[in-house]
Amino acid sequence: MAIIPKKNPLDMTFSLITAIASLSVIFIIIGIFWILIKESSLAMSKFGIIQFLTSTAWNPVLEMFGAATNIYGTFVTTALALVFAVPTAVGIAIFVTEVAPNFLKGPIGIAIELLAAIPSIIYGMWGLFTLAPIMSKYIEPALQNSLGKLPVFEILFRGTPLGIDILTASVILSIMIIPFTASIARDSFNLTPSIVKESAYAIGATKWEVIKNVVLPYSKLGVFGGVVLSLGRALGETMAVAFVLGNSHKIATSFFDAAATITVTLANEFTEADSDIYLSALFYLALVLFVLSFVILAIAKLFLLRAEEKYSR
Amino acid sequence: MKRTLFLSLIAVLAFATPVFAQETVNGAGATFPAPLYIAWAYEYNKVSGVKLNYQSVGSGAGQRQIVERTIDFGASDDPLPSEKLAKDNLIQFPTVIGGITLVVNIPGVKSGEMKLDPTVLSKTFLGEIKTWDDAQIKKLNPGLNLPSTPITVVHRSDGSGTTAIFTHYLAEVSPAWKTKVGEGKSVSWPIGIGGKGNEGVANYVKMTPNSIGYVEFAYAKQNKLVYTKLRNKAGNFVEPNFESFENAAETGNFYPKKDFHVWLTNSPGKTSWPIAGATFILLAKDKKDVNRKAVKFFNWAYTNGDTTAKNLVYIPLPKTLKDKVRAYWKSKGIQ
Repeated sequence: MAIIPKKNPLDMTFSLITAIASLSVIFIIIGIFWILIKESSLAMSKFGIIQFLTSTAWNPVLEMFGAATNIYGTFVTTALALVFAVPTAVGIAIFVTEVAPNFLKGPIGIAIELLAAIPSIIYGMWGLFTLAPIMSKYIEPALQNSLGKLPVFEILFRGTPLGIDILTASVILSIMIIPFTASIARDSFNLTPSIVKESAYAIGATKWEVIKNVVLPYSKLGVFGGVVLSLGRALGETMAVAFVLGNSHKIATSFFDAAATITVTLANEFTEADSDIYLSALFYLALVLFVLSFVILAIAKLFLLRAEEKYSR
Repeated sequence: MKRTLFLSLIAVLAFATPVFAQETVNGAGATFPAPLYIAWAYEYNKVSGVKLNYQSVGSGAGQRQIVERTIDFGASDDPLPSEKLAKDNLIQFPTVIGGITLVVNIPGVKSGEMKLDPTVLSKTFLGEIKTWDDAQIKKLNPGLNLPSTPITVVHRSDGSGTTAIFTHYLAEVSPAWKTKVGEGKSVSWPIGIGGKGNEGVANYVKMTPNSIGYVEFAYAKQNKLVYTKLRNKAGNFVEPNFESFENAAETGNFYPKKDFHVWLTNSPGKTSWPIAGATFILLAKDKKDVNRKAVKFFNWAYTNGDTTAKNLVYIPLPKTLKDKVRAYWKSKGIQ
């Protein structure tokens, strides 16, 4: 074993402890994966894989279960949240690193980090009691009367604006993931060597040109890393969304429709799932999320590695 | 230095574990009666010294845990049939009644003004009655000025005993509901938006004009929501209140021989509110010693706990039913 040096017994124990600590992570992941497969085997044998993934049925009374509506809801809310969050977060990071006067940098940085420290249940309660009424009274009717009048967009803004819908959930999600993206983007902007920036200024570039042509290209990898991190968080976020998404198992076309994500369905229905097949279907759903997150993060990692290679050349 | 650190660590650990060996009873299950059980346990602890832990993990989890014997008693919002109890070697009895209230938010309509009947109610939740000025609603409420706006139906998004009782009632009064939707703790709703928990439904109804929803009596009362009258089996329009729930419990057919397996829906009494249900305790027959402790607690609660229950807006069992349960305990040899 190369990782454990032979001579000093204290060194050896130390190496052993660190090795055990890191290996335990792998064992825990394998253990969770195994339990998910074991518990969902009943639903797997009843519904199969393709049928479960494509079926939009979710009927505990008839014991018919499919994951399609949940997967759809998860992707739509996450994608919409990223659309809101990424430009805002990058904007924040640019402001803090390049634009803001020094005395503002500290307070804004701390405010962003505090945003990340708020527990998600608080976002949920705030969303239910504060944001949802604001959305249903002001923002959603305004959207309906403006964008909702355009021919193609019309379908996205149909229905009564109730504030309990995909749009509100995505807004909350985006607020939750902004701190992650923003602080990582800020750190990567800060890594841009000042000598490069100063050279750009020296040859007469404006602030906008420096940001566009020097800072952003230099740090896009870091920003992308931040986006991936927040994607992971948005996929798995539960309590904040559970309060404002409505948990409706339908494929919704409008931003004003209620929907369900995988995690929200689990949180809502796990405690009262009484039949074996119901419980097993919920475990199956959890397995789907496990695999989905794994695949997405793996793709993102690959992407990053590739970009890094290209970049280092 | 290291040594003192080690010693103080041991001291901390020693104090962290309870020094006094207190008698404890552990229960888990339904979330609906949890605030009451916790309040009862607090008072009972003061008079008896027995500590009762209750975890509100949901009825389904409560049932599973008592079947696996990991807890001393389970709590469930839906009664189990005797065959299932016999299979898992369990005993079942009710503790308190929960009533389900219909709440609406229609501009200009006040509490108790709107009258509904089972047909209109089921058609509304099926999405067949779409606006408040529908002829069938108007016929029941000739005096009310009802808007022509669409009805927003609000239901629970999470699995719950409240939904189980409500859908059981709808399935009982409407054959169409029974075939199209059915009954259960969570069902595939034809229309409407889902709120998480009673507080979620109460809040949505409060902030959405022209909506209707169903919540536990306590939530309607505490949030000052506008409740409706409903026609019961005897043909009378009744209001949801302590008296009409108690009447439902008195006229409901609780049979000790069936382990009290009954839904308090559509009770035949003249003043009965038609949508109610008891919440239940499950005990494992083979754990005699623990059962005695648990039954002692619930017997104390039957005798001394009614005021606490009413303060927390639960409906205590009528005396006749309490006596039936006491006789049931005797017959099972645990009192």
